Parts: sequence; structure tokens; C-alpha cells
Amino acid sequence: MAIKSDLVEVNIGPQHPSTHGVFRMVAIIDGERIVDVKMVVGYLHRSMEKLAEERTYTQNIPFTDRMDYLAAMTGNLGYVLSVEKLAGVEVPERAQYLRTIFAELQRIASHEMATGAFINDCGAWQTPVMWCFRDREKVLDLFEMVCGARITTNYMRIGGVAFDIPDEFLPALDRLINDDLPRRFEELEQLIVGNEIILMRARDVGIVTPELAINASLSGPMIRSAGIAWDIRKADPYCVYDRVNFDIPVGYNGDSYDRMVIRIEEMKQSLRIIRQCMSDLPAGPHKVDVPLALRPPAGEAYSRVESPKGELGFYVVSDGSSAPYRWHVRPPSLINLTVLREMTVGQTIADAIVTLGSIDINVGEVDR
Amino acid sequence: MIGALLAAPTALVTDNWWDIRDLSNLSGAILDLIEDAGGPGWLTYVVGALLGTLGIVSFIGGVAIINIWIERRVVGRMQSRLGPNRVGPFGLLQPVADAIKLMQKEVLQPRVADGLVFTVAPIAFTVPGIALLAVIPWGRNMVLADLDVGIVFLFAMSSLAALAVFIGGYGSNNKYALFGSMRVIAMLVTYEIPIVLSLLGVVMFAGSMNLNQIVLFQADNWLFLIMLQPLAFLIYFLSSSAELNRTPADLAEAESEIAGGYHVEYSGMKFGLYYAAELINAVAVSTIIATVFLGGWWLYKIDEIVPGWMIVIGKIYAVYFVFIWTRGTLPRFRIDQLLAFAWKWMTPMAIINILLVAGEVVLWEETGWSAGLLLPLYIAINGAMTAVLIVAWVRVMAPKFQRYPDRPRMYDGIDVPSLPAPASIGPTAPGAAPARRATV
Amino acid sequence: MPHAVTVTLPGQAVAERIRSSLPPAVRDATDGYVVLEPAHAFEAMQFIRDDEQLDGKYLVQLCSVDMITRIDVVYHIASLAQNHIIEVKVPADHEQPEVPSVTPIWVGAKLQEREVYDLMGVVFTGHPELTRLFLWDKFPGHPLRKDFMALPGGQKPGLSQFPKQVPGQTGGEFRPRVPGTGE
Repeated sequence: MAIKSDLVEVNIGPQHPSTHGVFRMVAIIDGERIVDVKMVVGYLHRSMEKLAEERTYTQNIPFTDRMDYLAAMTGNLGYVLSVEKLAGVEVPERAQYLRTIFAELQRIASHEMATGAFINDCGAWQTPVMWCFRDREKVLDLFEMVCGARITTNYMRIGGVAFDIPDEFLPALDRLINDDLPRRFEELEQLIVGNEIILMRARDVGIVTPELAINASLSGPMIRSAGIAWDIRKADPYCVYDRVNFDIPVGYNGDSYDRMVIRIEEMKQSLRIIRQCMSDLPAGPHKVDVPLALRPPAGEAYSRVESPKGELGFYVVSDGSSAPYRWHVRPPSLINLTVLREMTVGQTIADAIVTLGSIDINVGEVDR
Repeated sequence: MIGALLAAPTALVTDNWWDIRDLSNLSGAILDLIEDAGGPGWLTYVVGALLGTLGIVSFIGGVAIINIWIERRVVGRMQSRLGPNRVGPFGLLQPVADAIKLMQKEVLQPRVADGLVFTVAPIAFTVPGIALLAVIPWGRNMVLADLDVGIVFLFAMSSLAALAVFIGGYGSNNKYALFGSMRVIAMLVTYEIPIVLSLLGVVMFAGSMNLNQIVLFQADNWLFLIMLQPLAFLIYFLSSSAELNRTPADLAEAESEIAGGYHVEYSGMKFGLYYAAELINAVAVSTIIATVFLGGWWLYKIDEIVPGWMIVIGKIYAVYFVFIWTRGTLPRFRIDQLLAFAWKWMTPMAIINILLVAGEVVLWEETGWSAGLLLPLYIAINGAMTAVLIVAWVRVMAPKFQRYPDRPRMYDGIDVPSLPAPASIGPTAPGAAPARRATV
Repeated sequence: MPHAVTVTLPGQAVAERIRSSLPPAVRDATDGYVVLEPAHAFEAMQFIRDDEQLDGKYLVQLCSVDMITRIDVVYHIASLAQNHIIEVKVPADHEQPEVPSVTPIWVGAKLQEREVYDLMGVVFTGHPELTRLFLWDKFPGHPLRKDFMALPGGQKPGLSQFPKQVPGQTGGEFRPRVPGTGE
């Protein structure tokens, strides 16, 4: 005999200390259980795809910084890969290795942020956030060393990378990935992995089944947590990923805890990749000469990278002029949000916040 | 007289009125002055009460200010950052800056909020925390209100504080504040029982509910009650964390979930009062623990040289540091997990503790063996029982969700099973219903 | 056996496979992609998903391109188990575009179709909740269309410093361009 109670409509966001950006969820709750959830996006829509049609291909690279603003390097990388596929540009070896190094460093930085924010959503009063940000600061210092900017790096160019690395970069990188980060990751693991309270908060919360994961086009840690070993770096290798050895972590249950430990494991694998790239880094030019107003032949191309959030794809249509005719971004964050309702209905609000944190969305990418 | 002090620096506490190591000398001298001058009886009583209140309120005022600094600085160091260090040397003037900021802010009150309740709630939150320091013995002769039911007074005051949290949220007329208040009431009702039961063991040993008697029991038997009652200490510590709304049980003000909880509508000095009152309540609970479990003003004869109240304050801050430590480290429970923790873990263990204590006390009284023989035995038995009980409880009651390993499995390449598409797809695909999470 | 690297299946092979079961569904096929008839697009998509050879269980992305005379909805469909990608286009009328929704086939299309509806104006019939995603409900028009909002004075930002006349191509003014001809 259920007591009839009213359904309350609660607004979570757009300003909220815990959602990752201006993202609004309208939850209809019954007591503490969520009955339905509706999401409202578009607070950060900047019409990048329309703006890109008026700019040259090179002028569009800064747009990709600002889409997923926490993983600018992989955004840049995906875009220049698609333009290179369209225009048939060959990238020199050194640039490929440098691109891989920076993509993996960016993965570390982005996952640190994601892990810290996730544990903050679980309620740990910002101590893990501070620890994770400490490591992220070191990576951002390296970015500043090489291209002058920490977050919106604008480092990749069509045909290579913008600047060659300075002399002090490799020793600093060596110190970071051989001394600092392994120790820090161990500390983080001891604190977080297997922590009883985080297990209680995040196990069996926000479950994704494998069939739903494939059908809903999930990618990145979301689909890997469901037990499907799919990673663009292994399936469709770009840069030098087919030449380095690394593993991809795959979860068991498809819940938030799995996603968190997958991200921590991916950070450790990134260290492995960077070590191998560092030791094999060839000499040579860091970029080919590409005209400033590149005019690729008419046609279309779709290419994708494994960004920290998932599969980031770029679909470029060219009509032979110096600006893209149509430029579309496949945003992993938006597509990962497709299953938000399935994941949160039936849970409490606290669990919904934890689930949202584990999807790791970036509103710049959702809205573009 | 200064010469006398200098000549014997390690002299024991004396009865001279200027010996502030025993503040009752000072107040006694003032009251004698009034009586000799022929004042009526009630004047002596009132002046005595006022003097004691003055002492306690000045202590609380200092505590509220210093603890803001301590909490932020210590939590900052635990998070490998510096904490406030700009305002004044080592950031010592930070609380002053905070107070000025809060005082000059506009105190907004929503028109739809209940005005009287809204205003009274922060006051009702602060006063019990201060009031319960009246029964604490600060020295051998320094108790403001030597109640024979001191422990019951403590329970009453801490419940009152939690009640004030509820009316603050309810009177704000705000959905989020209401959520916070609902959670608080659920937690308050639930955690009263382990608190009462755990302190009951202490009372049984000491034979009295008078706090000064409890401290004297520890002094006479040359031990701290924490040694005799480790389980009660743990239960009391965790339960009062929940009562105080401190992490890991701070859902009532869970910032990252419901944006502030019960104090979301408060601004300006009313919010400042809530903030300060939380610290004051934390200190009040630390005082209770320091008195009941850690010996209060007594510290193995050192209290005859060092002032008793200094010893108490030292113990208060030691316990307070442990509170800050858990706050800086642990994530937060969910409400149903927290309530299950109280009902299924704290309460049964507290009841078992009482059974054990009752048996021990009866044994002591019936056989009449000396304390020097029995008490070390009891210390050993209780310590062993605590360890056994905790291990057994964890084995039996711990949540059974760990059917998957903690770490992910590693794959060398892609491996996608060929799965069929879900049977019926629509906006909500079946087979994707979230499984029930295990509650503790 | 999955391919080592993702292979884009040639359009003609995919068209053959679809024609073998649904002959009227394919309008055209090039090296890169297959163009479907809008009337039979839904069954064709269902076939692509359920066929063992094509095995299109994973919708990679869907977007739309405004080709002045028509609007193309572009689908990239992949098979994770066999590691290949198929590209499919469904053309639609330019003024009142209507395309059958593939949300009943792949749930992942739900938000992407809303985005296409919002920015390009394509109505997806059969979509459970077709409302605007980024812009507000009363927004006039659909911004990604080529004829939406010319800048005043025919100006356009960014490209003004590049020479307007390049042999073989006119450029510099904002006007819809016909793809493939460089005009």
C-alpha cells in the first residue's frame, strides 16, 4: 500500500557546484527516487560549425581547443587528422611522435580532472581534487613550455605540430613520467581504488549493459566499462599507436566505479606510451609546409581519435575552396549523454550526481 | 607574592586568590567579598553564575575564532596546499577577515520564509553548544553547574542543536533546504540511540551521571575511560560525527549535491552564526569526549602543576584534530547507507557493550575485589572484545557487492563480442534498468 | 576476424549487398558511400543493422550537409566486431526535408537527430521527442543552412585578407557554393 505523494520537479543546474559546466538536468522525483530526468543543453552553444565555414582550415584549429576545453590537444589532433586525410598531406615522423606524446599527456591531464571531480561528486571534500590537480598542474606546465598556453594549446597544425620542443622539454618530461607521476598515481590508487566508501557510493550506480552501450553509440570509458574492449587507438590507429605497446583497461559491470578505475588505469598506460615515444623520438622536421589557405580537393573525409571522453570524430566536406564547406564534430560527451535517463531513473539524486560525474561530460563539447 | 611564586616554580596548586591555575580561587574571593559586604544571598548566586558564564563565553568566543583558522589550515595541509596565509602572519587574521566580510553582507530573508523561525534557528543552534559547557568540569573545583544528571543534560543540549538545524531548513521555504532538513531529522533520531547507549557504559562504570564524578573516577583509578571502553569511544565518536553533520556524514549540507542544504537561504551574519555554531558544537562534542573518555582535567598528577583547564583545552584540541582529520580524508555516505550504519552496526554493538559492562560492574560489586586487580583485567577483556566484535561484524554485515574485482582487466587489442541488438528499443531500452545497489 | 585497421567498405559492395535484399532502396553508390532512397531508407537501415555481413550495430555519427539543391543526411555506421565502417547518405528535399528517424534502430541517434533538426531543420518522422536541442523553441530559422543570415554588406569575417580572385575559383563573397565545382 503505497502512500500517494506528489512528484516534485527539481532543477539540477545550470549553476551548480558539481555539474561539469553549464548543464541542466530537470529531475522529477518521488521522495528521493528519480522518476524521470530531462536534460537541457545549449547554454554554451557557440555555433562553431557555422563559424568554421567562413575561416580557413588553419584558422579553425583554435575552435577545436575550445570545444573540449579540458582536452585541447586531442581536439586539435582529430581535426588536423581529418583535414590531412582530405588533402592528402604526409606528416613527418617526428611530428607523429610528438603528437602522440602530447595526446597522451593531455589524456593524463583530462583524466586527473575527471577523477578529481568524480570523487568530489562522491563527497570527499576536495582532498582528492587537490591531489589530482597537483599532477595536472605539472602536465600543464609542460604544455606551457612547448606552446605557451596551458589549456587552449592550439598546438597541432595541418602537416605537423606548430613548434618543435625546446631543449629543456625532454629532461622535464623524463622527470615527470619516471619520478613524479608514478609515485603520485600510487598514492592516488592507495587512497581511492578499493576505498570502502567510494565502493559504496559508486558500485552498481549508473549501470550500462553492453547491448545498450553499442546501440547507443557510447564510446571511451563508458563502453569499456560495460565490458567491450573497444579503443580507437587499437582499432583504427593514427600517429604511432600501432608501433607502441600498451593495454586498454576494460571493466566488468558498467557502473561508475568501473569507469573511475578505468580512467586511473588509462593514465598509467599513458605513461607507458610516453616512455616508448620518448625513447624512439626521431630527429627531423616538425611540420611540412602547407599553404596558409590550404585548398584541399573537393570531397569529404571522416577521421576520429580517442579523446579522453570517447570517440571524437571530425567530418569535413570540402568544395575546393580555402574554407570547409561543412565541418561537423562527433561529440563524445553529447552522445554519451544519450543514456542518461536509462542510467539514472530509479536511483536517488545523490546517485544521479555520481553518475553524471562518471560520464565525464564537457559542456563545451556537448554544445559546441 | 611574586617572589613566592618565583621561588617555587613547581609549586602545587594553592588556594591563593591570585593562583589562576584554580579559577575557583578567584571567583571564591569575589563572592566572599560580596558576602562580607552584606549582599543578599541571591546576589552571590547571580554573580557566581555570571562569573562562570563570563569564563565560558570568553572561551567559546576565542574558540570560534581560532578554530576557523585551525580547520582551514589543517585541512589545507592535508590537501597538500597551504591554507590561508595572506591575511596576517600565517593567515592568523583570516577569521577576522571572515567575520568582517560576513557582518557587512546584507542579510537576505525570503519573503515567503517564516520570519520568526528563520531568525531564531541560528540562535537556537548556537546556544545549546555553549550551554552544555556549563556542566563540564574544568578543574577539581571548577564546575559552573554541578548537576547530578550532567550526562542527561548533555544529551538534551545536543539534540536541541540538531533540532535547530531542522527548523532552519524548514522555515526557509525552499525545496533544497527541506531536503537537507529531512535528512537531518532522520539522522538525528537514528543516531541518538547509539550516543546514549555508548555513554551509558561509562556511567555504569563511574556509578554516577555527574561529570565531575566521572573525572574523579578516572583520577582515582589511575586510568582513562577510553582504555576501559574503547568500543564506546568509537561508537560515540562516529555517532557524534553524524550528529554534528561532519564528513563523512555531512549530507545535510552536501554542497556538491544539493547546493548547501539547510543553510542555502541564509546569508550574512546569520550564515556566519551557523558556520561558527558548527565549530562550537564540534568543540562541545570534543569537550564531552575529552572529559568522559580522556580524563578531563586529570592527567596523572600533572594537573597539580599545570592548570586543569589548560589540560582540558589541550585534550579538546587533540580530539578536534581527529575530527578535522576524518573530514579531510573521507568521502560522504549516502543517506540510506548512513541510517543503515546506525541501525545495523552502531546500535547492536552499543547494546552488546552495555551487556558486557553490566556484567563487569556486577562482578566488581559482588566480589569486592580491589580495583587494582580487576580494572587491568577489564581493560584487556574490553580491548579484546572490541577487536573481536568489529572483525566479526565486518565479516557478517559488510555489503556484499564485491563480486567484481577492484581493478579493471587489461586487453592487448580490441575484442568486441558480437551481441544482438536489444530486443525492443525505444527511448528507454529494457535490460538497462539499474540494478539495486547494495545498502550497508 | 576483425580487420586490423578500420576499413571503409567500398560503396559499391555495400550497395550490392543491400540490393540483394531490398532492390529499390539504393539510389546511387560511389567509392565512399551509398545513397539511399528516402522512401525505403528505414528498411535499408534495419537491414544494415541486422545483416551478418554488414553488421552495422554501431552508429558512429549522423550529421547533415546543406547541398543547396537538397539536404543530405550522412550516416556513418560501423561494425565493432568486424571493424569496418559504412557511409550512407539519405537525400531530402531542401525546403521541407523529411527523413525517417533511425532512433528505433539505434538509440544513439536520439540526440544527434535532435541536433540536426535544430540546426538544419530536417524533420525526422518517428522520432520519440523531436524538439530543439541547443536553441530555444521560438528561434527563427535553422542556422546551419547556407541561406541563413548573411552578414550585412555581404561581408564575411576571416577570409577578407586572402585574394578574391584565384585562377580557377571565385571566392570572397558569401554565397552558397555548389560543392564539387569549386564555385
